[in-house]
Amino acid sequence: MAFTAAVITFPGSNCDRDMAVAIEQITGGTVHRVWHGDAELPSGLDFIALPGGFSYGDYLRSGAMAARSPVMQAVVAAANRGVTVLGVCNGFQVLTEAGLLPGALMRNAGIRFVCRDVPLVVENNQSLFTARYTAGQRIVIPVAHHDGNYFADAETLDRLEGEGRVAFRYADQVNGSQRDIAGVLNAGGNVLGMMPHPERMIEPAHGGSDGRALFESVLAGLNVAA
Amino acid sequence: MKVRVHVSLKNGVLDPQGRAIHHALEGLGFSGVNDVRAGRLIELDVADSTTDAALDDMCRKLLANQVIENFRIEKVA
Repeated sequence: MAFTAAVITFPGSNCDRDMAVAIEQITGGTVHRVWHGDAELPSGLDFIALPGGFSYGDYLRSGAMAARSPVMQAVVAAANRGVTVLGVCNGFQVLTEAGLLPGALMRNAGIRFVCRDVPLVVENNQSLFTARYTAGQRIVIPVAHHDGNYFADAETLDRLEGEGRVAFRYADQVNGSQRDIAGVLNAGGNVLGMMPHPERMIEPAHGGSDGRALFESVLAGLNVAA
Repeated sequence: MKVRVHVSLKNGVLDPQGRAIHHALEGLGFSGVNDVRAGRLIELDVADSTTDAALDDMCRKLLANQVIENFRIEKVA
């Protein structure tokens, strides 16, 4: 079976094509484009990606409306079955609002929208998403967000750190996130949410290719023929 | 029945918007403002038969994110 992925598009998503291209180019697999109103996902999915953007115009709270859309019921069910799910930027916000990841993404501490390349530290290279990085590796990935300020209570943060569920940390303070957290894993290790955009850093023309290893990690970890 | 849902940030959660508003008030020359917290007011018009439990459920499932926010339900009329 070839690697089979789905990229979900909500009204207001704007990184869905970039995400689909990155998955196609790096995994050589098939990428289904799925609309938010679809109640069912294609069968046989290895990987589901929730892209960046401003779903539903960020009404109420970023990701709040998308998290209650029909397709997200199916995504939550798939994640609970163990299907690999990546949420980037708005996708991360959707995953927290849907309850698949702990915490919340609040307005950046500096109020301003932040759009630039940022250095990250790979905190955990034992995960399905990060195995092709080395522990402590510094990589550069762009961010572009207004609501990336990760918040969770101290007890939750301690648990995340203790269980190795902080996948990426900002090397420098970017948006006020608690403990500079840039990306977190769920307890099962099959769901990752991150504010930086790995799909925008996959070839030299992008200014770097540090994002490739994330998709390569997933491909290798799932052991599906490309 | 008219219902107002007041959504506010929990104590201890940093409020960047409130801080910016505070700063702007000071910039306009208003002194003596100790703190500003920004929240959200959602007005609902619901059937008179709507139960308190249903209103509470609406807040928990959508209107407030209880990781960071508290809510208060006020029946107006």
